[in-house]
Amino acid sequence: MDIPYTVEVRPDTGLYNAKVGIWLFLASEVMLFGALFSAYILLRVGAPEGYWPHGWLNVPLGTANTLVLITSSITTVLAWVSLKANQFGRFKLFHAITLVCALVFVGIKSFEYHDKFVHCEFTLKNGKFADGHMVEDKLKQDANGFTGYAVIKGHVVDDERELYDLNAHKAPAHEDIRLDGAQIAKRGSYGPWHNTYTAIYFTLTGLHALHVIGGAVVIGFLWGPGSKLWETDPERFTNRIEISGLFWHFVDLIWIFLFPVLYLL
Amino acid sequence: MSNNENHPTTAHSVRGYLIVYVALIVGTILTVWASFIHFPSREINIVVALVIAGTKGSLVAAYFMHLISERKMIYSVLSCTAIFFTGLMALTLWALHDFPSLTITH
Repeated sequence: MDIPYTVEVRPDTGLYNAKVGIWLFLASEVMLFGALFSAYILLRVGAPEGYWPHGWLNVPLGTANTLVLITSSITTVLAWVSLKANQFGRFKLFHAITLVCALVFVGIKSFEYHDKFVHCEFTLKNGKFADGHMVEDKLKQDANGFTGYAVIKGHVVDDERELYDLNAHKAPAHEDIRLDGAQIAKRGSYGPWHNTYTAIYFTLTGLHALHVIGGAVVIGFLWGPGSKLWETDPERFTNRIEISGLFWHFVDLIWIFLFPVLYLL
Repeated sequence: MSNNENHPTTAHSVRGYLIVYVALIVGTILTVWASFIHFPSREINIVVALVIAGTKGSLVAAYFMHLISERKMIYSVLSCTAIFFTGLMALTLWALHDFPSLTITH
């Protein structure tokens, strides 16, 4: 059975079917991310004074990832243009660059995630807070509390709010600090469970990263085994590239908003 | 016939894509630079960042996604999305100061 309107235009819509489909899908995606942006606004506005983080994320890495995604967007559109101009070799080159960009993006994001998971905050029994990256973890926890010790590279503050606005509070130089179990009342890393900021940060960027990975898998298929269609039905193959490209541009578009909202504001 | 034939694929359009690409890079640098400026209030920083992001997003949608020269069908779909998205944001803003009784607002 032939799938209708994969290449020819459907008279009532003026489009081939896949294009209508991808735009309907993207419309639903707008609402999905819109709902999460809405959650971000409510969490941010509802945060107690001084408890919404600023300067927690690595701006140079975020900027680099933005440039990587923008570059992948232009190579995606140029890959499609190459097919329209009947230049299959150039298409392969441009989409290979797109795939490399996707890998770089996910690699940088993974590095940032790892950095957050090894970043710890300790509430001490004397009311102070020790914050930094784990160097050595020999802590054990039982019903009576903590035993053993941990070494972090970080600093100790009196007021937890000093850990939230890093742009306003210049953190002292980080040094190796040994914390004995007897000193520690509570420990935690900067994972999604840390506070509402990390929860919405991991949700938004995690969902976005899944889109990047999904898009890269589709583009990778069309670049590799799926590209055989070019030999038998070049126009249909070109349409597939256009559809996957529309999804990829949408992923880029979402990041354009995520970057300032999460990293800069 | 594919409606792809509506899209120009000449060197002229490639030049257009490259101009948009450069604009997006400049916009990104501008966003980062503006975030380090201490405006009288943080709200101004937010507005500036969102205006730049909105401009960049519009460029991607208009040129890379070809929305500037799409069919009426696509505009109809996106008009519905725009209405629902605006409603979602309006409800969000409306809810900002609508705390249930006994809420601890610090």
